[in-house]
Amino acid sequence: METGLILSSAGGIAGAALAAPLLSGVINRTKAVFAGRRGQPLLQAYHDIIKLLGKGAVYSRTTTWVFRAGPVIQFSCAALALALLPMGSRPALLAFPGDFICLAGLLALMRFFLMTAALDTGSSFEGMGASREAAFSALAEPVFLLSLAVLARLTGALSLSGMASRLALHPAEGSGPVLALTALALFVVFLAENARVPVDDPNTHLELTMIHEVMALDHGGPDLAFIQYAAQLKLWIMGILVVNALGLGGRGGWACAGGMAALAVLIGIVESTMARLRLLRVPQLMIGAGALSLLALLLTLVRP
Amino acid sequence: MAWLLLSLGILLASGLAAWVLRRESIGLAGALVGCAAGLASAAAPLMTGRSCALSLPWSVPYGSFHLEIDALSAFFLLPLFLVGALSAVYAYGYLAPYRKSQPLGRTWFFYNALVASMALVVTARNAVLFLTAWEAMALTSFFLVVFESERKDAREAGWSYLVAGHLGTAFLIILFVWLGSRAGSLEFERFGNLDSRAAGMLFLLALIGFGTKAGFFPLHVWLPEAHPAAPSHVSALMSGVMIKMGIYGLLRIYICLGPGPAWWGWLMVAVGVVSGVLGVLFALAQSDLKRLLAYSSVENIGIIALGLGLGMLGRSLGIPALAALGFAGGLLHLLNHALFKSLLFLGAGAVAHSAGTRDIEHLGGLAKAMPWTAGFFLLGAVAICGLPPLNGFVGEFLILLGAYHGACAVGHLAAAGAAAIAAIALIGGLAAACFTRAFGIVFLGQPRRRHTESIHEVGWSMRIPMAVLAASCVAIGLGAPWLFASADRVLGPLGVGAGSWAGSGARGCLLGLTLLWAGLLAVALAAAGFRRWLLGGRPIGEGGTWDCGYDRPSERMQYTASSFAQPLISLFAPVLRTRRELATPTGYYPGPADLATTTPDIASRRLFSPAYEAMQALLARFRWLQHGYLQLYVLQLAVTLLVLLIWKLG
Amino acid sequence: MNAWSELILILVILTNLLLVGGNRLTGLIRFAAVQGLLAGLLPLLAHSQALTARLVFLAALAVALKGVAFPLLLGRALREADIRREVEPFVGSEFSIFVGISLLAFSFWLSEWLGIAQAGWLRLMLPVGFFTMMTGLFLIISRHKALTQVLGYLVMENGIFLLGVALVGEVPFIVELGVLLDAFVAVFVMGIAIHHINREFNHMDVHLMARLKE
Repeated sequence: METGLILSSAGGIAGAALAAPLLSGVINRTKAVFAGRRGQPLLQAYHDIIKLLGKGAVYSRTTTWVFRAGPVIQFSCAALALALLPMGSRPALLAFPGDFICLAGLLALMRFFLMTAALDTGSSFEGMGASREAAFSALAEPVFLLSLAVLARLTGALSLSGMASRLALHPAEGSGPVLALTALALFVVFLAENARVPVDDPNTHLELTMIHEVMALDHGGPDLAFIQYAAQLKLWIMGILVVNALGLGGRGGWACAGGMAALAVLIGIVESTMARLRLLRVPQLMIGAGALSLLALLLTLVRP
Repeated sequence: MAWLLLSLGILLASGLAAWVLRRESIGLAGALVGCAAGLASAAAPLMTGRSCALSLPWSVPYGSFHLEIDALSAFFLLPLFLVGALSAVYAYGYLAPYRKSQPLGRTWFFYNALVASMALVVTARNAVLFLTAWEAMALTSFFLVVFESERKDAREAGWSYLVAGHLGTAFLIILFVWLGSRAGSLEFERFGNLDSRAAGMLFLLALIGFGTKAGFFPLHVWLPEAHPAAPSHVSALMSGVMIKMGIYGLLRIYICLGPGPAWWGWLMVAVGVVSGVLGVLFALAQSDLKRLLAYSSVENIGIIALGLGLGMLGRSLGIPALAALGFAGGLLHLLNHALFKSLLFLGAGAVAHSAGTRDIEHLGGLAKAMPWTAGFFLLGAVAICGLPPLNGFVGEFLILLGAYHGACAVGHLAAAGAAAIAAIALIGGLAAACFTRAFGIVFLGQPRRRHTESIHEVGWSMRIPMAVLAASCVAIGLGAPWLFASADRVLGPLGVGAGSWAGSGARGCLLGLTLLWAGLLAVALAAAGFRRWLLGGRPIGEGGTWDCGYDRPSERMQYTASSFAQPLISLFAPVLRTRRELATPTGYYPGPADLATTTPDIASRRLFSPAYEAMQALLARFRWLQHGYLQLYVLQLAVTLLVLLIWKLG
Repeated sequence: MNAWSELILILVILTNLLLVGGNRLTGLIRFAAVQGLLAGLLPLLAHSQALTARLVFLAALAVALKGVAFPLLLGRALREADIRREVEPFVGSEFSIFVGISLLAFSFWLSEWLGIAQAGWLRLMLPVGFFTMMTGLFLIISRHKALTQVLGYLVMENGIFLLGVALVGEVPFIVELGVLLDAFVAVFVMGIAIHHINREFNHMDVHLMARLKE
């Protein structure tokens, strides 16, 4: 690749790294508007991270090095995943056939260490959270990879950058409904993987009902900052995938940014208008999303 | 070839010497030297692609002592001798507690003979020799499984293993007799040239016969019985290497039969999906650590079958890139599984050795007492879940890439590709649940029983083999592009034409992977350094785990393994049929409550037990023949012979 | 026109999946209503010929019956019967969705195998018709409540309607009317029957209706 392109992609990564915490600000502002509150500042997430980075730490006597290594690994996985992500009209820093498999792998590694670090505390609540995370993500994984199979079939490209640019610039004729189904399936995965309503409620204060938050209960200081920042990067990454599937991402920086903002507002609306599902119903949601992606795949099969 | 003969000779001679002279050290030394010589024999065919052969006449009818090492055989010799040597080192430390109670020279003989017979299996090119080696492999491993023959469960496991193995062998004998009668010879190189109907039947026979050894669902029933019963180094060798002999046999027969119609590939993909998903589900439901690992072997065999099935589809339909990716991914996953599954079995053995139990529910917090074992087990767990940057990911990546190639194709191939994608993704997610559970409950948190507090780290002889296996997992994960320099040579015998591998574009992807993992390590190191710098000089406190304000959390309040698995178990209850025995507390002053869950194997409960019972009922009608009078037995024999003679003459 | 009918067909598939996976009876009735509406609109969009008065009348009738009248009747029966609003399937909801997707794949395979391949979006019409029929059958087979059985018949009728549109092109007026009337009477009778059974036995579980055989 040329130096200019590399610089441009690196610039995209830096921009994403800076902008990721803003998403949660937009979501929270939307929810505040719906509830008639003024809400926290847009930049609250940045303040939180900076404050946490400046603190010391307290560790439970039960924990081992796994607990301390977890946040660092989670952050590294999320950061590396940015290198695989095409943003705007910029191709990803690293693009090769099958790079989305690596993306899924990195996110899975991140989850693995989130769960093991949670189990390291010996707390029953954290164990419960890890158990739920394991169950729901196991169901989300096939939906994610099947949705990407649909995109691969539609575009004939096997890398995220290739898919994004073809979806934006040369979409297959009459692929609208299929793309909509795929994007919907990806959106459900996005909600589930990022612990949003209707799968998990980021605002809950009851340990028994949490999934993601409960796994970080014992982390504090810089460790918690790493975890929170990694989660925000993950929100950004999955969001970009949804936006790209809609063909918005590859159209240029502003379309991409606008798509992300719209997505954040959409999450805010979802969280303001929906209640979270009972935990027993979550598998149904995931299987429903799987059905959507399979339906999309079947539709691409019959398309002449 | 001289190296291989040397290796076989050393293994057998040292094993015999160890038995007769009752010196364990001879067995260990023989195993190490023999395996080293064996590795040397595999080097040349892998490096240069030149196969070497040896054919000597043999007095057995139709038999000949025909050995050949081509690149495919050499590829299977690699994990065999590596795991064989490492497990032998491990065994020296692992067997120490048994040393007082019984002479161990015998087990060394069986161990070394098992390694030698497996080497013969992958190099034999004559059906009689092959079946002899196959039988020797089954018998020696049987004696190793019943090592603790004073335990009833070990004896029962051994019997079920022996019966399953021989049922499989029966199919193999039919297979080879059929092949031989068509070819007029029992030499492998003469097999072939069959009409499609016969080839299809033969493929099915091979699938059942070799699938029993490989552990395809529902032929896997012996696996979760035999692996936990055997000593851990034997489980490592059996699960890591021996079940792969089934895959080897299947591939060898596939090579003889030729590419075949597309339904062979479809069947393999279906077998892979079923074995993979059900294997990992049953693994998730187990509470015996080694039983869990045994079921996870069924899962990984399923992934291998998926890869090979895609490869077969690619070959039948004439898509070289798919054939190359499928076969390469399947074979690489086979090698990888040999490494990380032996690592995990050795780790589980270390846990059992040190804590005295394999029941996950009783363990916990071992990472503090056994930091090395915990680290190695964690690495193995990450690898077996197919997570980057370790070797498990590379194999699954290639299979998935092949599946995506298939999914983008026209026609029914797309359905196979999509099924493979969904299955591997689901298997990956479930495996992550299964192994966070196994690692997290066993090694993290607090000990769940008080008596596990005297646990200590295992000795060096047990740690070094784990370290080597862990290092090879990392090496394959990071060095994949260079590993595949010999891909064309290994895939050649499978009918993947030269250049298909290069044409699939996988090399570029593997380079991308390596670059990515290098970046991952760099970022992780930088982040760790940053964290260290931040925390330097700041107050680091210690406290208890947060438990919702409750101040005295006890080890009994931790999440248990069964509760961790519960959401997925209840979701898949129709397949798993987990039995729950719940004693709820009652009354104003409730007594102790109790919950027990067991998940018996669905194949043995629904398929094999009824079949055996029916057969037993049938055979019971002939019990009158067994009356105990010797004279009458002789009479029966004589009458039978007479009848046969008359029938033959008449 | 084609894009619209394709969209409608995809929406019909989605309503089928919702019917198969749904948990609440009121929701189920609503999905069936939407499906009836969509199916009724389809003949208007499906054929490129001019809108004849007959076509419009037929579509209006179908929409009125399937989309409005039947659901209202069923909703009334549901209210009067005063039963638990859950579906109580024989098989779990997760497994049902899985079955639904398998049925869909099977219908695609079936219509290809039958070799009545048609050009363009009609390729979608036939499998969707089969799928809708099979969904109805599956609902009838796998659910406890009598009301879900009526819904199943309705969905099956939608499927037959779609198949008719796909195969015959212009729907034979009389045949379609007959089927519609059949279904109407069926719903009517079932509605009354449910009402009475419920009053008599205080439940409407098919399971228990099996006792009537004696």
